[in-house]
Amino acid sequence: MPNNQANNDTLKLTLWLGFALVLMVVPWVFTSNLSMTMLSQMGIAIIACLSYNLLLGQGGMLSFGHAVYSGMGSYLTIHALNAVSQGNLHLPVTLLPLIGGLAGMAFAVLLGFVTTRKSGTAFSMITLGMAELVFAMSLMFSEFFGGEAGVSGNRVAGEVFLGINYGPQRQVYYLIAAYTFVCVALLYALTQTPLGRILNAVRDNPERVEFIGYNTQQVRYRAFIIAGFFAGIAGGLGALNFEIVTAEVVGPARSGAYLLFTFLGGATFFFGPILGGILMVLAFVLLSELTKAWLLYLGMIFLFMVVYAPGGFAGLIMMNVRVIKAGAFGRLRVTYAGLFAAALLMLAGASSLIEMIYHLQLNAAIGPVLNFAGMALDTSSSSTWISAALVLLLGLAFFEWVRRRFVTAWEQIQTELAQQTARKELA
Amino acid sequence: MSQAHSLVLTNLRKQFGKTEIIRGVDLAVNAGERVAIIGPNGAGKSTLFNLISGRFAPSSGEIHLHGQRIDGLKPFEINRQGLSRSFQITNIFPKLSVFENLRCSVLWSLGHRYSFWSFLSRLKDANELANEWMQRIHLAHKSEVLAMNLTYAEQRALEIGITMAGGADVVLLDEPTAGMSKSETERFIELIKTVTRGKTLLTVEHDMGVVFGLADKIAVLVYGEIIAFDTPDAVRSNPRVQEAYLGSMEEQGH
Repeated sequence: MPNNQANNDTLKLTLWLGFALVLMVVPWVFTSNLSMTMLSQMGIAIIACLSYNLLLGQGGMLSFGHAVYSGMGSYLTIHALNAVSQGNLHLPVTLLPLIGGLAGMAFAVLLGFVTTRKSGTAFSMITLGMAELVFAMSLMFSEFFGGEAGVSGNRVAGEVFLGINYGPQRQVYYLIAAYTFVCVALLYALTQTPLGRILNAVRDNPERVEFIGYNTQQVRYRAFIIAGFFAGIAGGLGALNFEIVTAEVVGPARSGAYLLFTFLGGATFFFGPILGGILMVLAFVLLSELTKAWLLYLGMIFLFMVVYAPGGFAGLIMMNVRVIKAGAFGRLRVTYAGLFAAALLMLAGASSLIEMIYHLQLNAAIGPVLNFAGMALDTSSSSTWISAALVLLLGLAFFEWVRRRFVTAWEQIQTELAQQTARKELA
Repeated sequence: MSQAHSLVLTNLRKQFGKTEIIRGVDLAVNAGERVAIIGPNGAGKSTLFNLISGRFAPSSGEIHLHGQRIDGLKPFEINRQGLSRSFQITNIFPKLSVFENLRCSVLWSLGHRYSFWSFLSRLKDANELANEWMQRIHLAHKSEVLAMNLTYAEQRALEIGITMAGGADVVLLDEPTAGMSKSETERFIELIKTVTRGKTLLTVEHDMGVVFGLADKIAVLVYGEIIAFDTPDAVRSNPRVQEAYLGSMEEQGH
């Protein structure tokens, strides 16, 4: 047992060192301007999704208004930045995200006091109401929220320290990377404390928690405040990164994105939201470049995951790691290849149809032919539509056929694994 | 009201709408006494437990715990004053391991409260106490198993562990042996006897064998009123009890 513990500790240390190394090295691997912006945004999204998962995955609180806290962090940070530029505030730019954190925290103290009095559906409803309230206010008070144009700033402000003036994007990236590392570490540490564990207990069974001496409202409230702090830091980093803050940062779409990508990444594992944050930026920056129908694709992926993989990508990974460790992955290889081929077929059929519909709706004026993934699709000929539909149907049928075989093989392996653990317990 | 009484109920009443479920209960339990509450289905036994433990607030009447008035307080406030309860339907933390279930239940009583500045792995007192309780409820070999993957009997044992580990000296057990087989019940009663030694115990139980083996005193609750509160032998020979409860039970049994 102690040996096991030591192995575990070494593994954890390696993971953290690896994480730090990746954060440091990655801008030297992906050097283009686009990748530098994306990497910066990923760091921000990772903090935001992890702070959201403190509510969703750790505490069982489905919030529809988390952007309020990151967004208020953004606004307070950009105002602080402008105060620094004007010489009214003497703070290094490096510390400004903390202003965002404190702002997020302050709003969580205020609004969370009402929100966390309830749990479950009532909690979700109140967060939705709060989000609408703040978004509506952002359109009313244009002195603070900047109206439609938003509030802009210049991050090259204050005194230059060791040649760091945050002019180049790379310097901003490293600022974000440092904050990301510290925030991820702190949020992980939180899961190893009494409050973190009782929060899990409140998620599992709030009623019982009341009978072991804990006030569940207080547990939720404290977690909410901490989540607000980290969301505010993410927002503050966003303000420095973009140098402009508009009302959409407190908007419902942003709150929805936190929920969606935290879930996609996987709310049941600590590292799930890290994947979620990366996916969020990939989707918002790359997928939206690739196709106008990106939100539709995103919605379909979300639906697919809710139905087939409620543990998100992190859940999928961990389930397969278990199988690989048991040496049973080889038995799944063929069916996995089949699933992949079927998925490609479905994707080809469905995306052809979707792109053709979008083409008809938006680009019909430039002619009936659409260039899609190297194919010329003629939207005026019925044979194109029929063949795309056929490919989709074929893909669906093939997918279902392989899926059944996969499920059989998968369950067989899971039963064997369960028997193995049962035997170990007896021994 | 003497200080020797751990728990005193005075003219306790509870109405749901127009229906009165608890109709003026008076009960004084001495420190260290083991009391079994029996009564036909629908007599209000579980409701009585829910009133004492703070799950519901009584409509009227008073409850005193160690001389302090506790009626109308929240469950966690009552728990902090030294009263703990278990549930008829298993009420554990399904996605936490056995060890984590027990560690959670000792945290408040050891004063760790809402701490987010200390690591659980370094809380020596909490870890030792949780380990000790794992031994006592015979689940040490399942330390890392998630509570939802335990067998039913193991979950019932964990339920008792969670209830007892916080160190409360007044304990309410709501049908601890519900749904267990005969042999499991016997072993389980031994477990309950050991872990509740020195505590003031109130238990709801249907199995008469269990009741007479476990309890110092029996309270008979019929239609929201306590019609007898005495030693097992005295209760057995009480004509009102025989008429109202035991008699009807035997008729049902045959």
